[in-house]
Amino acid sequence: MSLVRNLRYHFMKDLGSPALMRFSRATRKRRSRQPNPNFGPPLEASARLKEIMTRHYFLSRYAEGAKPVAWVSSGAPVELLRPFDFYTVYPENHGALCGAQKMGPELCSVAEEHGYHQDLCSYARIDLGHYFSRKTPAGKLPKPDLLFASNNICQTVVYWYKALAHYWQIPLILFDTPYNFEEINGIDIAYMVRQFEEMIPTLEKVSGRRFNYRKFQGIIRIAKEASNTWGEVLDTMKARPAPMTIFDAFGHLAPIVSLRGLPVALEYYRTLLGELKERVDRGMGAITNEHKRLMWDNIAIWYKMRDLSNLFAARGMNFVTATYTNAWAETIPYMAESRPFESMAKTYSLVILNNNLNHRLGLMERLIKEFQVDGLVIHSARSCKPYSVGQYDLRRLLMQRLGVPSVVIEADITDSRAYSEEQARIRMEAFFEAMGV
Amino acid sequence: MNYFAGIDVGALSTEAVILDGKGELAGYSIVGTGANSTEAAEEALQKALVLVGRSYDEIKRTVATGYGRACVPFADKKITEISCHALGAHHLFPDTGTVIDIGGQDSKVIRVGEGGKVLDFTMNDKCAAGTGRFLEVMAAKLQVSLDKMGDLSLRAGGDVRISSVCTVFAESEVVSLVAQNHPKEEIIRALHRSIVNRVWSMVKTLGVHIAVTMSGGVAKNRAVVSFMEEKLGHSIHVHTEPQIVGALGAALLARK
Repeated sequence: MSLVRNLRYHFMKDLGSPALMRFSRATRKRRSRQPNPNFGPPLEASARLKEIMTRHYFLSRYAEGAKPVAWVSSGAPVELLRPFDFYTVYPENHGALCGAQKMGPELCSVAEEHGYHQDLCSYARIDLGHYFSRKTPAGKLPKPDLLFASNNICQTVVYWYKALAHYWQIPLILFDTPYNFEEINGIDIAYMVRQFEEMIPTLEKVSGRRFNYRKFQGIIRIAKEASNTWGEVLDTMKARPAPMTIFDAFGHLAPIVSLRGLPVALEYYRTLLGELKERVDRGMGAITNEHKRLMWDNIAIWYKMRDLSNLFAARGMNFVTATYTNAWAETIPYMAESRPFESMAKTYSLVILNNNLNHRLGLMERLIKEFQVDGLVIHSARSCKPYSVGQYDLRRLLMQRLGVPSVVIEADITDSRAYSEEQARIRMEAFFEAMGV
Repeated sequence: MNYFAGIDVGALSTEAVILDGKGELAGYSIVGTGANSTEAAEEALQKALVLVGRSYDEIKRTVATGYGRACVPFADKKITEISCHALGAHHLFPDTGTVIDIGGQDSKVIRVGEGGKVLDFTMNDKCAAGTGRFLEVMAAKLQVSLDKMGDLSLRAGGDVRISSVCTVFAESEVVSLVAQNHPKEEIIRALHRSIVNRVWSMVKTLGVHIAVTMSGGVAKNRAVVSFMEEKLGHSIHVHTEPQIVGALGAALLARK
């Protein structure tokens, strides 16, 4: 790592980025939006979230050469990278950002021009499109020194990251999690722990730092606390009216995905939780007139967040839970500082997308009951096959068991070309009619 | 006497239905939608009014449905065609448990409950597989008029198969079947099987709930209905004018 770059990174971290934050705060005040009468006052923590994420992407461009940089998949056990002081960038989080900024089709097209098929996950296409064009709404992403992925979310990441490793000519660490058909047994755990042990020499080599077990344990503790706090944040939505909508939660998810294991994520969720609890105490709802409570299944439709949020809020419908946001809180109780490797193996192999459909059915049933859900909106995402497979069976079973009405919207997470406004609208309106709103 | 109107502005055709104060069907009309949905809705209603011998002032309430429902400025309410088809089918055949509506641009399967309430539904995704458009494209390719397709198909035997449900790919399959000198009738029969297979998979996702009523323009095609009945192992209700089921449902809602 170069000394000059290191100095520059620290200068930007301590002086440059706070200055940028002050500037962005000053300019934000000038652009006040007309308040929408269907929503309660916006969350104050949102400003802090924006600061944290802007700073994360802003600083990332100075990380290159100053710190080891890793690109990481959303389900990878990033805690193992933290003791080596890697600057982590999440292509999936970046993909969501591109989606929200409506850059999905443009970057996907670049990947398609290089021969990648339209049926490939659009996060992967955006990431590869970024590689070929270097276009990003974040300004610039740092060149990675290492790629770190786990197939606990899908098999696509395996080939996507192999392609990245080929293009960047850098090492790839792949964490292979056995699929949980019935239960994860001792042999599976041993297999995963052995992989962690094998990763350490590579991580030491790439980062130039020795592995520090104590530091690692500390990180496990912070990561667990942050995820637990995130779980508590989500739990506040059990209140009637719910103090937050799931569309807010999709945004507030960013730190637990990209900054897991860092103190800033924990600090942020404590602030957010405090504000939400206060709202619950004061009976303040995220939407002004909460008639019906809904559950969302699958990843967000990033380019349609505002439209959908307005559409549902106008009818007094609030999304109070989602299998997606829950994924970063669900398996965290397995995590244990005293047995970091074994517990991490369990935490990461039992996540929703590496788990069987019976588990998902049970989870959805539990969420519907605990959050008093009246209806279910299922996003069948063209990109995410592991998440979308089985959805029709799940909805049929949930309808039979709990009598919950549901609707399936066929769309994509970031590639808006796979979204048909009229087709989606008619489905949703029929759902509204069936729910009597 | 008060009258009630339902207008279904579809992708290819627009229907208007007028009910009298007792809820009896007074008259209906079907026109092509063309490029202007508002004009098509006005034209359809005007035609129906002429047929019934009434003026627009006598219409107490109007409900619009279909893809162009937002483009009917004189409608008092806009309701999706899913609710309207369910209600219309239930009105015509009170034992309806499932509606299969195959229209010009989309096909949908609706599970209908008591009083014509929608219990569940599924639709084709963003492609023309299993829709009227599929048959329209193939009719043009084979130079056969659309309304003759059904009869031609029922006359045919043979074992020609079209494996694709995609309109574009099926069209290229048709081209190669024509090149292999397969009789037109057999190819048409295979096309009908293909569309029925596509829609059948949608029926299966909701589960089969007898009785089944078919609506939409494609229900006029005897071969599609007959192949669907074969799959179902049961007869299917089809009204003499299946295209007006959606507009009828809208008119019933206007009267509610």
